[in-house]
Amino acid sequence: MQPEAFFRRRRLQSLLFLLIITALTYGGILMTQFDVTQGLMAIPRAFSWAIANFIPDERAWSRLPRILEKLQETVLMAVASSSIASVFGLGLALLGANTTRPHPWFSLPARALASVFRNIDVSVWALILLFSFGQSGFTGFFALFFVTLGFITRVMVETIDEVSTDSVEALRATGAGYTAIISQSVIPACLPQLISWVLYMIETNIRSATLVGILTGTGIGFLFDLYFKNFSYGSASLVVLLTVAVVLIIETVSNYVRRVIL
Amino acid sequence: MTILEVDSVIKRYGTETVALDNVSFSVQPGEFVAIIGPSGAGKSTLLRCINRLIDVTSGDIRFAGVSVPQLRGAALRRHRTQIGMIFQHYNLVNRLSVIENVLHGRLGYKNTLQGILGLYSEQEKRDAVRILETLGLTEQMYKRCDQLSGGQKQRVGIARALVQKPKMLLCDEPIASLDPSSAKVIMDTLQDINRTMGITVLVNLHQVDVALHYAERIIGVNKGRIIYDGAPHALSNAQIYQIYGSEAGELILDLKERYAA
Ligand SMILES: Nc1ncnc2c1ncn2[C@@H]1O[C@H](COP(=O)(O)OP(=O)(O)OP(=O)(O)O)[C@@H](O)[C@H]1O
Ligand SMILES: [Mg+2]
Repeated sequence: MQPEAFFRRRRLQSLLFLLIITALTYGGILMTQFDVTQGLMAIPRAFSWAIANFIPDERAWSRLPRILEKLQETVLMAVASSSIASVFGLGLALLGANTTRPHPWFSLPARALASVFRNIDVSVWALILLFSFGQSGFTGFFALFFVTLGFITRVMVETIDEVSTDSVEALRATGAGYTAIISQSVIPACLPQLISWVLYMIETNIRSATLVGILTGTGIGFLFDLYFKNFSYGSASLVVLLTVAVVLIIETVSNYVRRVIL
Repeated sequence: MTILEVDSVIKRYGTETVALDNVSFSVQPGEFVAIIGPSGAGKSTLLRCINRLIDVTSGDIRFAGVSVPQLRGAALRRHRTQIGMIFQHYNLVNRLSVIENVLHGRLGYKNTLQGILGLYSEQEKRDAVRILETLGLTEQMYKRCDQLSGGQKQRVGIARALVQKPKMLLCDEPIASLDPSSAKVIMDTLQDINRTMGITVLVNLHQVDVALHYAERIIGVNKGRIIYDGAPHALSNAQIYQIYGSEAGELILDLKERYAA
């Protein structure tokens, strides 16, 4: 193929792509009868309304102790569910990984279980668990627990096979027992990755916990819901600002830890 | 008195692959044996059957008078403690220090709790330090293994095997990933261990010239069968052809002549 022909085809492809996108957008606007100009016009208005209403007022600041208490509750819930689920996730990963499974039969069930837990979204878990635990802290805890369990199992199965196959073989050859091999070679070899993933899950789970709290009526999500529905926009905004601050702090800390251990 | 007797061993993978096809030989204590053969001949399989990392399909292996294929549980672990293994890729825990990796060689002697906690006696630690000294790794003792060169990693692998106080070493292509000078250090070390400590050495090698130089006895394998079993100097060109097939054999003989010249 000549270079000109090649580039002509490239240009045609790009043009076609652009046309399809335009058609899809236009079709979407027509179908939903969304008025683009009005939508765009609304943006500045939305901003000025937000600025007028969402600046934390004096009432909001007087509620600070209560907000902080609930925020702490949510953060602790996220940390607890993440770390406990990670321990179980590591256990399940040891059963599922090719290198460490006690018997080939364990592999498929362990991986399948992880897959189910992970592929059901945290909000769906919360809805399912509402039936068994009602609007309580347990619902949120277990929703986060299940998702984290699935996720950690999935990533650790791969990590274990990646980093410890060779050393496991060597320790088996020395006559070491199964538990000694796990604790002396598999766990040291994949601990940095595990910690890194647990930190990641804690970050994710603080955000999820806020949303799940709205559903289950617990933690900081509950407070936000309450204030928002009572038109205390200033207080709701303070909740959001504090949550964002906490998320940023946790992210900074965990990035630092990651740099140190990896 | 033999230390190892391999008796009509057959190893099949699935129904198709016959990795070992009726292999028999015996090894005297203190022998230095090189196993040579082309890729896929079954060399690794043979070593792994001896310490039971894999099970034989049929036949018997006796080590120090004990029949290996029937071993289970604690008896199997005791069997493995008597045999050190050295790998092409060293198979260390890279994130741990040299001394920790060496002490892993003692785990076969531990009960469950000691194993989980990694509890080693003072004597064991002293032994590990002494072995590292003789292998010239004193300065690397507390370094992480991922900071070592290939040759140093392999010496850590040897140290880990030696703290087991083994009767025999199985080496699966110990120098295949090393540069010539590190390879020489490793082969000299193995020879020294064999001579001064009287430990039997079985080593898989790709390099025929190295095998001929170090080994007292050569076992040549092709497609799971033993083609040659005898002294290095008695290995004829025709037999090298038989082991490696004609083209590769040609190349190997070329190299051999250039070495001799
Ligand atoms: N786990 C396994 N599953 C199935 N087949 C295997 C397995 N391991 C080895 N084989 C087959 O058995 C035969 C012998 O393999 P082996 O690894 O023992 O050869 P080798 O002589 O060590 O080769 P190399 O010099 O390449 O290491 C080969 O045909 C190989 O494909
Ligand atoms: Mg091999």
